[in-house]
Amino acid sequence: MAHIPDGVLSAPVLLTGAAASAGLLAVALRRLDYDALPQAAVLAAAFFVSSLISIPLGPSTAHLLLNGLMGLLLGWTAVPALFVALVLQAAFFGYGGVVVLGVNTLNIALPALVCAVALRPLLAGAGPRALLGIGAAAGAGGVLLTAALVAVSLGLSGEPFLPAAKAVVLIYLPLALVEALVTGTVVSFLHRVAPEILSGSASRYA
Amino acid sequence: MALPAFAGRPVTSRRPFGGPSGHWLGRRNPRLLLVVTGLFAVVTVSLQTLAAATVALGFGVAAAAAGGLPFRSLLKRLAALEALMAVLLATLPFTVPGDAVLSLGPLTATREGVHAAALIFLRANAVVLVLLGLLGSLEPVVLGHALARLGVPHKLVHLLLLTIGQIKHLDDERWRLRRAMRARAFVPRSNRHTWVSYGNLIGMLLVRSLERARRIEAAMRARGFQGRLYLLDDRHWHLVDTVSLVVLVPFLAGLLALDRLP
Repeated sequence: MAHIPDGVLSAPVLLTGAAASAGLLAVALRRLDYDALPQAAVLAAAFFVSSLISIPLGPSTAHLLLNGLMGLLLGWTAVPALFVALVLQAAFFGYGGVVVLGVNTLNIALPALVCAVALRPLLAGAGPRALLGIGAAAGAGGVLLTAALVAVSLGLSGEPFLPAAKAVVLIYLPLALVEALVTGTVVSFLHRVAPEILSGSASRYA
Repeated sequence: MALPAFAGRPVTSRRPFGGPSGHWLGRRNPRLLLVVTGLFAVVTVSLQTLAAATVALGFGVAAAAAGGLPFRSLLKRLAALEALMAVLLATLPFTVPGDAVLSLGPLTATREGVHAAALIFLRANAVVLVLLGLLGSLEPVVLGHALARLGVPHKLVHLLLLTIGQIKHLDDERWRLRRAMRARAFVPRSNRHTWVSYGNLIGMLLVRSLERARRIEAAMRARGFQGRLYLLDDRHWHLVDTVSLVVLVPFLAGLLALDRLP
């Protein structure tokens, strides 16, 4: 659902998305050290693989987005990692499209970046309960921000898209709940099992 | 959902850079396939008439057939596209103003709305069919190399290649953990226990694969790895590739002409 297909959005929205994503990618790549690549690759692969898990949600199933978790663990590096995963999903699963790749990257990576800036500094020295909360906030925040951005992309493409945009936000609400619980669990699991992944030394971990 | 076929293939196979495979499309330069996919997508999303969009979809079906994708897995992959699409197709006929063709209680479907919905459906499926047909059957490593040759930054290509290398391991790990959970009588349901269990599953996946990545990197450094992968591929640009491009550009121009000219 986070992947908008090609042929839907208007040209100005597509161009803005592509330009903004290219800008974010350029900044993120300049900040990224070759040494940090293997760890980023593992997390990009984890994002790709985890998005294949169908999670029962009410009568239906959902797929996890995990962009909040990526932001929390990777910081700026989440942008190229998510972009790579999106390219692979587009080429091999047909999720999303070609021209719309910029918008999709922006819609998924910008929330990751927001989680990184807002929540990552809190990780250091947080207790187990606080970590659960930070993880939950990243999970819910990532999904809800992505939902909002998808809705904005649709809404800006034309008045007739507004009801669909609202429907998207509604569909995302239960997913945000599940994602909050899952991401919170992941963060507290990492704290118990491998705290060095969460502490600032993550970039040197690889 | 299962991984696509590529994930089962080791990245360093007998033909690590995916030498020419059987069918005609597999022997084309991957750069050609990327350029064609890009040009086709740009042209297709700009189409405004149903006739031109239908021709584009026809080209998509032909590309998917030429790519040799099995029909059933193709339908499955197309269905993945349709979640958001279903919402759009259901709402657009009623939200675009124009001549009414159908009334359902307070809602009125318009001719223009149905036209817009059909157009979106045709364009989206045409692009995805070409995407899967031309790029979906490439070895992922070949895709990475072609992107690098087309000027994508090397750091990004390295990240792509390393990610491709990890996906197989992570998926194996995921199945191992799932088996272990199933052996303990875990049945996924829509409840808190399931979601927390999946959280632990993903956490364990991360811990094990980061540990593994660290070990592999140490082993590579011990053998003189400097943090850079060198791109060695043996795919040359042939005359046939140029000819294909020369044939295709007028086709796309014709598609635009069909769309724009009255």
